[in-house]
Amino acid sequence: MSNFLQKFGAYWLGKLERLGRATLFLFHLVAALASLVKRPSLLVKQLHASGVMTLSIVLVSGLFVGMVLSLQFYNTLIDFGQEERVGTLVALTLVRELGPVVTGLLFAGRAGSAMTAEIGLMKATEQLSGLEMMAVDPFKRVFAPRFLAGFIALPMLAAMFSAVGVMGGHLVGVEVLGVDANAYWSQMHSSVSFTHDVCNGLVKGLVFGFVVSWISIFEGADCIPTSEGVSSATTRTVVYSSLAILGLDFLLTAVMF
Amino acid sequence: MSEEGEALVKIRDLHFSRGSNAIFRGLSVDIPRGKVTTILGPSGTGKTTLLKMIGGQLKAASGSIVVDGLNVGELSRNKLYDLRKRMGMLFQSGALLTDLSVFENVAYPLREHTDLPESLISHLVLMRLHAVGLRGAKDFSPAELSGGMARRAALARALVFDPMMIMYDEPFTGQDPISMGVLLELIQTVNTALGLTSLMVSHDLEEAMSISDYLVVISEGIVVEAGSPEQLKSSTSEWIQQFLQGKPDGPVPFQAPAPDYEAQLLGKL
Repeated sequence: MSNFLQKFGAYWLGKLERLGRATLFLFHLVAALASLVKRPSLLVKQLHASGVMTLSIVLVSGLFVGMVLSLQFYNTLIDFGQEERVGTLVALTLVRELGPVVTGLLFAGRAGSAMTAEIGLMKATEQLSGLEMMAVDPFKRVFAPRFLAGFIALPMLAAMFSAVGVMGGHLVGVEVLGVDANAYWSQMHSSVSFTHDVCNGLVKGLVFGFVVSWISIFEGADCIPTSEGVSSATTRTVVYSSLAILGLDFLLTAVMF
Repeated sequence: MSEEGEALVKIRDLHFSRGSNAIFRGLSVDIPRGKVTTILGPSGTGKTTLLKMIGGQLKAASGSIVVDGLNVGELSRNKLYDLRKRMGMLFQSGALLTDLSVFENVAYPLREHTDLPESLISHLVLMRLHAVGLRGAKDFSPAELSGGMARRAALARALVFDPMMIMYDEPFTGQDPISMGVLLELIQTVNTALGLTSLMVSHDLEEAMSISDYLVVISEGIVVEAGSPEQLKSSTSEWIQQFLQGKPDGPVPFQAPAPDYEAQLLGKL
């Protein structure tokens, strides 16, 4: 019994110690952001790697999610003669919840895992040590550009996800199922608030971008520098990021709406 | 700051552990200025760890490492980075940045730390690449280089800032005879031509002895013996003779520490 308690305690102490290390890592990361003022090209390169390269999967997913939402809402609302409200429900669902959440999950799987693997491999092949020995701070040159790029890219991708989703909803609801086009857009226009719905959705995107980038970069930098270590770190990035997004989404929704 | 002939690196009573495993237990050694010094020792004795500690990447539990009059453990981050600009390090893997070409890898420290015009950077990089025989490979990516070429490119990068010392981590491991010969020649040439101090860790005895002025043998966290290659060859220490001749058994036992063999086989344990 005492052996079990010892292992249980050691396990949680290890987890807490790692959380503390991740927090210190975050402070160091935020402090290094100022260096990007002198080297904006590093940020642009990472915006392309994590933002532009994730765009196609986000747009395709957004289109299909919008189409499915439109179909489901139509099938339910038609029983009550309220099918004109399809546009409103599609837009609110996307802008408030699915846009930031699904984009966050896709971003963690596509860009977050890539960041972890890249940084982990840089550690395993001594590139990070090499930078330090050249008197170059990896926080300024490697970590900070990726962190800021994720923070900026995710809310923009979420906005595009929602926009394409509304188009997909229109395609199915109006073009296929015959909902009146004027009703689709006017109901949406009158029910969706820019400040309350769209801006809060963007705030969610910013929070998810912050958390996913932090987790991805920390896991890469903290991994055991072997092929197995990098593989485990990449898996942890996707799992922790996904759980963090879903948990934070509940908290943010409870506060915002 | 320091006089000619004085040791460039002075290590005193160094202690360092990884978990419960003590790597250094009071290690003290001087690395002479302007010479090629090799640190020898069995695998796992902390040779690479020692290089990382001299470069300030790892902190000692106690003891001191003084490089050119500066105590590495007590330097602020900025001063440590200033010191590192005067040190070059050749990693075992080369540690080239994989998203940059060979030319850009060598130019990297110059672009990071200077505002030199592009034409001057180009000249400096081409001169260093020519010195290591890779001017023709300047546009290659690191993935296109052989192991030996990658180390030569990394050597060019380590030299581009004209350091006062250069550290080599196992430079000969996994090299074919031609690459080995090229690296031996280069290490000797840069040491004499540029007048720098070379510190190498290796367990390739023959090669290390052929180019080193001074050898330091470490084991179990302390210096076992130090001296010129001739002094080491004539050492009366059984340990040194076992190490130099590669005998499988001796003061360093073939068997890992284990309980009594007979008792274990008879199930008496």
